[in-house]
Amino acid sequence: MTPLISLRKVCRVYGAGETAVWALRDVDLEIDEGDFVAIMGPSGSGKSTCMNILGCLDTPTSGTYRFRGIDVGSLDRTQRALLRRHAIGFVFQGFQLLGRTTALENVELPLIYQRVPKRERRRRAMEMLDAVGLAGREHHTPAELSGGQQQRVAIARALVTRPSLLLADEPTGNLDSARKFEILDLLLRMNRERGVTVVMVTHEPEMGEQAARRIVFRDGRVESDERLRPLEARTA
Amino acid sequence: MILSILAMAFREIRRHKMRSALTTLGIVIGVGSVVALVTVGEASSAKVRADMAAMGNNLLQVFPGSARRGPVRTLARPFQEEDALAIRREVGSLALVAPLATHSGVAVAGNSNHFTNVWGTTEDYVEARGFRIGRGRVFRDSEQGVAVCVLGNTVRDKLFGDRDPIGESVRIGSLSCQVIGTLQAKGANAWGSDQDDFILMPLRTVQRRLKGSRDVNSILVSVSRESAIPRVKSQIESLMRERRKIRPGQEADFFVHDMKEVAEAMQEVTGTMTALLGTIAAVSLLVGGIGIMNIMLVSVTERTREIGIRMAIGATAGEVLLQFLMEAVVLSLLGGLGGVLFGLAASLGMSAALGLPPVFVPWIIGVAFVFAAAVGVFFGFFPARKAAMLHPIEALRHE
Repeated sequence: MTPLISLRKVCRVYGAGETAVWALRDVDLEIDEGDFVAIMGPSGSGKSTCMNILGCLDTPTSGTYRFRGIDVGSLDRTQRALLRRHAIGFVFQGFQLLGRTTALENVELPLIYQRVPKRERRRRAMEMLDAVGLAGREHHTPAELSGGQQQRVAIARALVTRPSLLLADEPTGNLDSARKFEILDLLLRMNRERGVTVVMVTHEPEMGEQAARRIVFRDGRVESDERLRPLEARTA
Repeated sequence: MILSILAMAFREIRRHKMRSALTTLGIVIGVGSVVALVTVGEASSAKVRADMAAMGNNLLQVFPGSARRGPVRTLARPFQEEDALAIRREVGSLALVAPLATHSGVAVAGNSNHFTNVWGTTEDYVEARGFRIGRGRVFRDSEQGVAVCVLGNTVRDKLFGDRDPIGESVRIGSLSCQVIGTLQAKGANAWGSDQDDFILMPLRTVQRRLKGSRDVNSILVSVSRESAIPRVKSQIESLMRERRKIRPGQEADFFVHDMKEVAEAMQEVTGTMTALLGTIAAVSLLVGGIGIMNIMLVSVTERTREIGIRMAIGATAGEVLLQFLMEAVVLSLLGGLGGVLFGLAASLGMSAALGLPPVFVPWIIGVAFVFAAAVGVFFGFFPARKAAMLHPIEALRHE
């Protein structure tokens, strides 16, 4: 079976010549569908760069990144946007919700770009908000929600399009410890129930331990890659 | 999709009501002045046309010009009644020919007096100038030399007020004549001069009893069809050259005045004014457009993170561009709408102040919106492109 994600000798270099910074050096990595991967490492180790490449927000300087066998490097900007639209969901450390816009509208946003008709859009967004435990909060704006609730909205927004890959960049970084585990549990549950592949960057060991697989980056290379739990066969 | 983007644009504009209102002000003024200008321009041309029509149809007027006698220019010799008869006889396509002997003096009736013009002519004059008879009648050809007169409305009003002047007598100098008719008012012409301030008398009466000469000061010619005017004009010119014995190549000592040309000259003045004011309108549209561009650039910077979010979620550069372009176009169209309302109100006010008839020019509304949309697209494109070119990662990091 083709892995969902396959990186081959991926390098990402910022700048050129003497001042060039190698954010990633010859990274080889495969992630199968349904996995829950934690990416760890000190800051500057290349984990964010790797996430950006996985999310098709950035492209490798050299090497190939295949998503479901598609060479992302050969896609243009618009094609990469379409790939993000249909197959990838993002959750960010800073939530990145649209301000002065209700939770419901935030969750509907990706469906607008997918041209889902209004009625169905609304239904799916409501369903998704319910799934992340925010039923009854759909008309609150981000400013009226707590950090944990905002991150739930962000997760709902990322998953409402039923993507195959969910990229979470320090999703619990801005939350207190009780909320951290709630969000982590939510991600684990979504992985388990919906089969969405999750790649989560974190610098907190207790978060990383909950993942099925833990990859540690250092100086732009993969330092260690261990499986903590067997990858469960996807339930139909 | 377009509808969703449109909804987003309206929402964004509603969020910044004050800012949006101020931004569109330039467009409101620009479009408003275009609308007001065209409407008022159209109203004043309509007024000029109406005045010309009121003056009489297809009129030519033959005047003596100046003649060179050695180094001195003097007024050329006047015409004779025979000149008018010759024109009537030899030139085709004529409706009416009226010779005019002019005199001016104080008209006295009872205790009232009024300084006015006395025009000695034939009954054709009234019809050629398109005057309508108020009361009584106009003199007939058989009354040439008889002391009768017809009063223009202004003279009637000054001398008699509300009294009936028919049968009364009016004295000019030593000549006392009986009022047999009055004319309806025409009002002021396009130049603002009173068209009703005169007394009509039979030609010979003025010649013999007021002026003491057989001179005719001008000849009024009414042409039967507008299309015949140029031909009639040149025929009169060659006929008069012949009668006044002017050699070929020699400068004529008379001229033939085409009232249509005067109207056209008036229209041209109006046209120049319109062009000038149009330039001002164009400048305010330009300034309005730059205002929109400026505020859109600010908006793109303010909303950099939003753009990053949209791109991460899967918006293409084209969709981001469309979103911002749509906002600019909606803004300028709202400005256009305001401008049309403002312009129509302003032109109503201006027409009323200038004494012009209220005119509505429907196509200007279409033009106004096309202008507004064009300004929106033109000045919205650069900020929208700036938004579309943002890199999603950097946009997301933007504070």
